[in-house]
Amino acid sequence: MLRAASLKKAYGAIHAVNGVSLDAADGETIGLLGPNGAGKTTLIGMLAGLVEPDSGEVRIAGEAIGGDTSAVKLKLGLVPQELALFEEMTANANLDLFGALYGLSGARLARERARVLELVGLSDRAKDKAESFSGGMKRRLNLAAALMHDPQVILLDEPTVGVDPQSRNAIFDNLEELKAGGKTLLYTTHYMEEAARLCDRIAIMDHGKVVANDTLSELLRLIPVSNFVVIDLAAEGFDGMPELREMSGVAEAALNGRQLRIGVEALSLLPDLLVWLRGRGAEIEHILTERPTLETVFLHLTGRSLRD
Amino acid sequence: MTAFVALVRKDLRIFFADRRAVIMAFAAPILIGSFFGYVFGEPRNPKDQSRMKVLVVDQERQGAAKDLIASLGKDPNLEVAASELEAAREAVRKGKVPVAIVIPEKFGEQAGQALFGAGAKPEIIVLFDPSHRVEAGMIRGILTGQVMQTVTKDAFGGEGGKRTATSMRRSVEGAPMEASEKSALTGLLQSVEKFNARPQAARGGGGGGLTIPFAMKDEALTSRAGVVYNSYAHSFGGMAIQFMLFMGIDVGIGMLLLRQRGLWRRFRAAPLSKTTLLGSRAVSAMLVGMLILAVVFSFAWLVFGVKVEGSMVGFLGICAAFSLMTAGYGLLIAALGRTPEAARGLAILGTLLMVMLSGAWVPSFLFPRWMQRVTTLVPARWAMDGLDAMTWRGLGLEEALPAIGVLLLAAVVFGAVAVWKFRWEADG
Ligand SMILES: Nc1ncnc2c1ncn2[C@@H]1O[C@H](COP(=O)(O)OP(=O)(O)OP(=O)(O)O)[C@@H](O)[C@H]1O
Ligand SMILES: [Mg+2]
Repeated sequence: MLRAASLKKAYGAIHAVNGVSLDAADGETIGLLGPNGAGKTTLIGMLAGLVEPDSGEVRIAGEAIGGDTSAVKLKLGLVPQELALFEEMTANANLDLFGALYGLSGARLARERARVLELVGLSDRAKDKAESFSGGMKRRLNLAAALMHDPQVILLDEPTVGVDPQSRNAIFDNLEELKAGGKTLLYTTHYMEEAARLCDRIAIMDHGKVVANDTLSELLRLIPVSNFVVIDLAAEGFDGMPELREMSGVAEAALNGRQLRIGVEALSLLPDLLVWLRGRGAEIEHILTERPTLETVFLHLTGRSLRD
Repeated sequence: MTAFVALVRKDLRIFFADRRAVIMAFAAPILIGSFFGYVFGEPRNPKDQSRMKVLVVDQERQGAAKDLIASLGKDPNLEVAASELEAAREAVRKGKVPVAIVIPEKFGEQAGQALFGAGAKPEIIVLFDPSHRVEAGMIRGILTGQVMQTVTKDAFGGEGGKRTATSMRRSVEGAPMEASEKSALTGLLQSVEKFNARPQAARGGGGGGLTIPFAMKDEALTSRAGVVYNSYAHSFGGMAIQFMLFMGIDVGIGMLLLRQRGLWRRFRAAPLSKTTLLGSRAVSAMLVGMLILAVVFSFAWLVFGVKVEGSMVGFLGICAAFSLMTAGYGLLIAALGRTPEAARGLAILGTLLMVMLSGAWVPSFLFPRWMQRVTTLVPARWAMDGLDAMTWRGLGLEEALPAIGVLLLAAVVFGAVAVWKFRWEADG
């Protein structure tokens, strides 16, 4: 449905997007994760035909976006990262305008407007000016504005950025509804939980490149750790770290004050680990195990935390 | 078409939702236009006309000087007051009065003799404030006429005249000159004596004296006889031009803000041609511009009686062409500006310069000659002159056509540069 091949875009010396290929099948939801400046917005811009790539090509349902008035654009909906709304106009007026840009008018326009307002739960505020909306409501209107022409492929640039958890959940429900309706979604986010919950596949971007692109479970397999064992010791000054790191079955280990964080290849190592610690005279106060997350994968792949 | 109309409607909606923009566009030109029109205008009621104050120092205190002062006092342009020399000097030096005149002793006698080329001419001293040279010149003119009249009247009938004629005849008779000349001159003076000796009753009404042999009737040239110059026509036209250009700045800045607010992304993501995107903005800007002109000139018409004395078609043509040029100007700012903040200051400076050079503040006929010529390169100057021509000058359509042509050309050039330099990519 959506296919990008070897996309490149440089701004002077900055390679904003440096050779990205990406596919999304019909009805598939893809999450695009990456730290600030990774090139997500630039990539979305090229997919939507806003930014001319230096090289590479984009196809929507097999067709390239031919020009300004290309009919291919009707298949695409874009939710910009910014709150791209006319604040001095009502929600209705905003939606009417963006519908009209895609050629909607008359009864069809009114019908689509009612549909998207219903979807994002703003029907009762339709006659209010956008400037009177809360941040979360503006985000929802920002989403609704891209859906007026009922596009098959929806590109969302951080649709939940900067909103409270309640609004984020509401938007998330909207996205799930779109996904259930068979739409193809590609969206960028900083929130791993979102990506983990909604996306069929996750692409991780860094420095203009896609460094991994797979399902969550496959991504998790990229790292050698199956579990993290987090142990709080009674006293500081534990001195067995070099030996611990060499231990077979231990992928990584870190000491932070009294807290030990050990990544193990299999949890079956745990009894041996505890015996070894007692042998070193270390007294244990608390013990906890964690599964690796997308965050871990991200850290592993990019050496950076996503929310830096 | 749906999209085009929707975009125009959106622009108009946003314009009218912005109270600041509306006030700037309609109230400001009316307010400032009224002010300039009032300050630069001729008072509409002749009684309001301030008469020029003149101090007169009479050092003769009799005859001819008294007559002169009396006749000066009758001049409708002057408000004459008597004064002493030192006081008059002081008043002029302090700028309290623009001009004072000093009539010397023996003025009547000396002037009468000087009239026939004999003896020294009496000196009337004109004291004037150097910042009022024009008024001093005007006084000199009035004075010349009045002196001529008073002195000749005295010479041909007054007591002084009788004495002068007789004493002069005697001196001529005793003078060494050719016999034929002498007899001609004595004859003339004898005739004057005879004229002066007529019985009082035989003299005609005022017994006149020489007057300047012509009368002047001033007529300020406007469209037709009877139409008076209306300074409000110029000031309202000028301010409409200024605030329309400001509206053009808002158009440009608004487009740069679209980019910053991500709206440009939405517009570019939609299947819209470049013509639709820029054309709709040009059309909405032009509509607002026409509306500004309509409101401003309607106000001027209703309140100050400003009328299109010339060609209405020409007037509307200039309004339309200038509105289009304003739209082009707005797009140009959008194309050349990097950020709204950076563009605003520069655009305001450029606009104020353009307005200043157009003659909207100070009419361009007051510019030095070279500047009058150079400023024809400023499109707004053509709009200003064109509006003047169609309103108070009352000229015909043929006078509007060059202005319309230049404004349309400017609109096309601005528009073309805007399209050429416009950053179409929505790359934030
Ligand atoms: N128009 C532009 N001119 C110059 N540099 C640009 C432009 N647009 C983007 N860049 C640069 O390209 C890089 C990628 O930017 P982009 O906005 O695509 O990142 P992003 O992943 O969307 O970041 P964020 O999470 O902050 O939104 C950045 O270094 C940015 O500074
Ligand atoms: Mg971004």
